[in-house]
Amino acid sequence: MNFDLSDEQELLQDTVRQFAANECPPTRVRAIFDGEEGHDTALWKGLVELGLGGIALPDEYGGAGLELLDLALVAETLGAGAVPGPFLGHALAGLAILYGGSDAQRKTWLPKLATGDLLGSVALAESDGRWQPNEWTLPGGATLSGVKTLAPFGAHADVVVVGTAGGGLAVVERGAPGFAAKALAGVDRTRRVAELSFANTPCQPLPGGATAASRMRDAGLVLLAADAFGGASQLLEMSVEYAKTRQQFGVTIGSFQGLKHQLANLAVEIEPARGLYWYAAHAFDHAPDESERTAALAKAHLGQVYMQTARDAVEAHGGIGFTWECDVQIYFKRAMFDRAFLGTPSVHRERAAALAGW
Amino acid sequence: MDLSYSAEYEAFRGEVKAFLVANWPLRGDEAKLPGDKRAALLRERAIAAGYLARAIPKKYGGSEQPADVLKAQIIREEFARARAPGEMAGIGPSMLVPTLLEKGAEWQKQKFIGPTIRGEIVWCQGYSEPGSGSDLASLQTRGELVGDEWVINGQKIWTSGAHRADYMFCLCRTEPDAQKHGGISYLLLSMKQPGIEVRPLRQMTGAADFNEVFFTNAKTPKDWIVGKRGEGWIVSRTTLKHERNMIGDAANALMTFNALVQLAKNTQRNGKPAIEDPAIRQRLVQLEGTVRSHQYSGYRQLTKAAKGQDPGRVQLMNKLISTNIGQEVAKLALDLLGDEGLLEPGERQLGMGPRDASQWVGQFMWSLGSAVAGGTANIQRNVIGERGLGLPRDAAVQRG
Repeated sequence: MNFDLSDEQELLQDTVRQFAANECPPTRVRAIFDGEEGHDTALWKGLVELGLGGIALPDEYGGAGLELLDLALVAETLGAGAVPGPFLGHALAGLAILYGGSDAQRKTWLPKLATGDLLGSVALAESDGRWQPNEWTLPGGATLSGVKTLAPFGAHADVVVVGTAGGGLAVVERGAPGFAAKALAGVDRTRRVAELSFANTPCQPLPGGATAASRMRDAGLVLLAADAFGGASQLLEMSVEYAKTRQQFGVTIGSFQGLKHQLANLAVEIEPARGLYWYAAHAFDHAPDESERTAALAKAHLGQVYMQTARDAVEAHGGIGFTWECDVQIYFKRAMFDRAFLGTPSVHRERAAALAGW
Repeated sequence: MDLSYSAEYEAFRGEVKAFLVANWPLRGDEAKLPGDKRAALLRERAIAAGYLARAIPKKYGGSEQPADVLKAQIIREEFARARAPGEMAGIGPSMLVPTLLEKGAEWQKQKFIGPTIRGEIVWCQGYSEPGSGSDLASLQTRGELVGDEWVINGQKIWTSGAHRADYMFCLCRTEPDAQKHGGISYLLLSMKQPGIEVRPLRQMTGAADFNEVFFTNAKTPKDWIVGKRGEGWIVSRTTLKHERNMIGDAANALMTFNALVQLAKNTQRNGKPAIEDPAIRQRLVQLEGTVRSHQYSGYRQLTKAAKGQDPGRVQLMNKLISTNIGQEVAKLALDLLGDEGLLEPGERQLGMGPRDASQWVGQFMWSLGSAVAGGTANIQRNVIGERGLGLPRDAAVQRG
């Protein structure tokens, strides 16, 4: 019975945490958040040099050969630091090709994704909230024609894995004929999104099909849940810190029960919930029967917890919490992203109910 | 991460299973004994085998085993699976015995621990008073040393099981001139004496599990004090450290949640099982997120404890989380019950989830009881805020 992280996993988190503290302090987060470009290539280069480009890819393709839990621990740490960048889409592109690609396709893209020579993304969403593989309608084939939306860093990516009708997956490379990316004014400026359009665009379908797409989606749900846990935990710490320093009526405001109880309630929601994403990540690699449902449950739950935490954190900070200048708003918007990307909590709760046979 | 047990622990599980197969249920004439006698016989054998009373030295009637939270967990799992009686429940074994082990005089340990863990004597806890609930240290019940006896006058309230108890462990003000916390002593006394009157308090459920206890020159010998005079507050803070059950609360929460899912399957709504109603499905899964979080959090605390590490501030949250889950389960259950929610509450079933409508109505009320008993939910939030998050204490409380 060991429901805890290994020393190696703790070291991995420490390494990423240290990197984020040194290379991506709040001032840099802020600069990227406020900037036009949205993608800091130097920061991303630093992350892939740590090996984060291919943590869960096998050794033979230049990855670290670790599991989804390890990848999710990185997501948690980046979430805690609100570190801007294409980690999520890049990781999912690699996993999609790993699960769905032929050996030749894997050899073509995975080593370059692992080193960061190529930047990956995924184009999954269609209009009306069609995020799930069985909802995709873009026709597959040797060429693609149609529109996908909310592709993370889709305007920057070199390689995009596109979801097609029937849960298919196809790879499109940047610069392919008929391929166009239009940056969208997304709310979360640490994770820029784009609408991608295809007009007879040549692509490489991945033979793995719907099973691979479903696996990739589940991995994405776990990574979002992990990011949400990291962000919510950080917001709690920030709110507690503020409550310990801000003075009113001659005392620190954290001594007031109204605020104390609000923060205690947040802690009670957040603190135990790390196990939800840990277990979902563990199940992904070790208990395949439970994998789909636990991923849905973790994403729905932590997505909602993060959003509520962000709302409470604004309140806890008072007037300053409502300003652009306060970092709470950056987390608030990451919470909006984690909540809605790949489907809202209600979508995944209904899936979890159905998967339980209810 | 690995949720299985190592070979060494699986071997231990095999031993526990073999013991239970050989010993429970009882056979022959023993099987005809009344329930409490059968339970006592099994406990005696389980103690001899080293499976119960593991924290307690052999000289006081325990089995004196080295602390091992994983073995303790395996024992709980296997005893539950075999429906065998486990550790003696109640305030005596859970609160008094650890206190005596740490702070009691040798003769107190000899006299009280064995009979308490075997269930031969039953205790109640005299802490709360009408004017001293959350602010327990303001208690006023007086203990005065007259010759060789403490003479006790005052009143306790919310005293669970006082009507069945043989003895009470009690906080009394014995040093009226000392400051608030320093004036309290921890006394033991017999409930079977003329100076004590027990009046049952009827709860909103209709049952009467707790009481008011009135002391009018009640007496107890001079040496029935645990710790020194004025040390009662500190003595009363002693808690069970040995093999504390890290996942018991979560297991109970999961059991009640599973009963709720069953209720949703068995209840009709608009001509279909309620569990097919989209709104009910949303609420069930939302609740399950909290229940599973609590369960995994318990696994993590168990793992930390097994490694000798501090599980951290989440330990302070377990009670409030269980309370919250109990309330949410009960509210959803009442919505499912519909008109059956107009029925009287039924008897409480300990150790299993509610089975029928009246038990669910009971649960709807009992879930509030746990938000109040043993430190209200708001006091829990203070503890989490202050000890867990490091927030400053309330200025008014600091002055008190």
